[in-house]
Amino acid sequence: MAKKVSASRKTFLVANHVILIAASLLCLLPFVNLLAISFSNKIAVVAREVAFWPNGFNVDAYKFILHSNAFSTALWISVKRTALGVAVNLALIILTAYPLSKSKTEFRARQWFSWFFVITILFQAGMIPMYLIVRYTRLINSLWSLVLPGALPVFSMLVVMNYIRGLPQELMEAAYIDGAGHMRTLWSLVLPVSTPTIATVALFSLVNHWNSWYDGMIYMNKIESYPLQSYLRTVVINPEAFFRNATNMSDSLQRFVNTVNARTTNAAQLFLGMIPILLVYPFLQKYFTTGLVLGSVKG
Amino acid sequence: MTMRANVNPAKRHDKLKRELPLYMMLIPAVALVAVYSYGSMAGLVIAFQKFVPTKGLFGSEWIGLRNFRNLFTMPDIFGVIRNTVLISMGKMIGGIIVPVLFALLLNEVASSRLKRTYQTIVYIPNFLSWVILAGLFVDILSPSNGIVNQALSKLGVGPVFFLGDKTAYPITMVVTEVWKSFGFGSVIYLAALTGIDPSLYESAEIDGAGRWRQTLAITLPGIMTTIVLMTVLSMANVLNGGFDQIYNTYSPAVYTTGDILDTFVYRLGIQNAQFALSTAAGLFKSIVSFAFIVVSYFLADRVAGYRIY
Repeated sequence: MAKKVSASRKTFLVANHVILIAASLLCLLPFVNLLAISFSNKIAVVAREVAFWPNGFNVDAYKFILHSNAFSTALWISVKRTALGVAVNLALIILTAYPLSKSKTEFRARQWFSWFFVITILFQAGMIPMYLIVRYTRLINSLWSLVLPGALPVFSMLVVMNYIRGLPQELMEAAYIDGAGHMRTLWSLVLPVSTPTIATVALFSLVNHWNSWYDGMIYMNKIESYPLQSYLRTVVINPEAFFRNATNMSDSLQRFVNTVNARTTNAAQLFLGMIPILLVYPFLQKYFTTGLVLGSVKG
Repeated sequence: MTMRANVNPAKRHDKLKRELPLYMMLIPAVALVAVYSYGSMAGLVIAFQKFVPTKGLFGSEWIGLRNFRNLFTMPDIFGVIRNTVLISMGKMIGGIIVPVLFALLLNEVASSRLKRTYQTIVYIPNFLSWVILAGLFVDILSPSNGIVNQALSKLGVGPVFFLGDKTAYPITMVVTEVWKSFGFGSVIYLAALTGIDPSLYESAEIDGAGRWRQTLAITLPGIMTTIVLMTVLSMANVLNGGFDQIYNTYSPAVYTTGDILDTFVYRLGIQNAQFALSTAAGLFKSIVSFAFIVVSYFLADRVAGYRIY
């Protein structure tokens, strides 16, 4: 059955693509502009002669940043923080989701514990009391201050819990009859079949840890201990000071002074800060979509 | 389904033994949540104290509601609440309408490869932090050098001080937030659209309904539950103006229209070390938010059968 496409339908489809292309450009062009600035000569940038293509192409801004220790230090702290944070998040999500996925007859305290965790989504104390607790538990200036306060992402845990509940119960019963304990059932039965959901929440926590900036700024006293996003927040807001300091501190940076300025180095730093997210982006798109749908329609 | 009845004591003992590993698994999470989430809730008592950090939680003097009285006699507080509500309402409305429209338009694209390409591009900003995006917007929206104002000046407009003008600032916040999240926000509606029974469209076509009629009579009602659900859930954010975004883009020049509760609490507490007053402001926000979250979850359950657990 060949469908005849009417003229008005054709017009609509063309207009539709025009709108969608415009929307895509709107999302893409700001980044292209920033990228072009990061690769341009400072003279072209000051003269406002850079739009979406580098003018006076050079990679000095990147060299400049990678030569200054501050950026690499912050980057390394972020990598450590993210690795530790994701590991802790995943361990606690799995260890919590499994018991709570049990029915009320199998685990009588289930309801009680569920509420214990859900209440923390509904009511949050806010930044000052949290700061005081972090200080009270002596985590100020420690990497653990960025990991332990949010050690259990409750929403992710609920997504995993719902997934485990949806697994065929016969499987678990068969394992029980075969004499497998809970730990064994979780490790060799539940985990292998839950990898898609676990990948989803792992990516969730990876993005969260990588993107967090505010906890680093309040729990760390020195800028040398800031993770990358907190560091970026500080230098991007006050680029001139950063630039002045960096150039004064090291002679090896002086040779870049003719090609880079605060704007090109800022653009380059922002780009370097995005790279990890862009690297996992193909996975993000795949798993976040399923995770989002999973988390919202499941009863 | 377990059929075992648990009446006799020996079996009950067995049962506890069987449950024991489940308790063990919960220990680490319970301990950490108890310390950090519940511990910080306990820390809220300083909202009712004349809190002195060196005297601690137990040594500080209790002053009842005086912090709250002081808070609500501050000249800025009502402006801050108004800004918070206005900005979050703007984001709420834009955050429903734009993703729905985008999903509807995307749904009309026949080629799945093109569709995926559009999606891949517009989802990107959603995953980047507001630190990165603030850096980006401060650059491109700059009145002197930014590419946006360069383009506007070619059209004979501007320069517009997007981040420095009192009127423009809240609008910029709403627009840039919608820009960041509309693409990924459309995912949920696209999922709802694929759930519509295709036979409905076929029979509508036989009845002679055009595409526009079909959109109004089948597509929109088909995703209405999702739209209502997302609207209801977004109500929970009425006092979340978007700390990450605003703290990273605002300046004293736009405090009168851009300062929100969270940034206010931050400046009061972290920058001015007014711990008790700041906690009182935070507690006010937490209580109102709690009410909105509970009501919105209740409504979400009622209208769409949505439950977080």
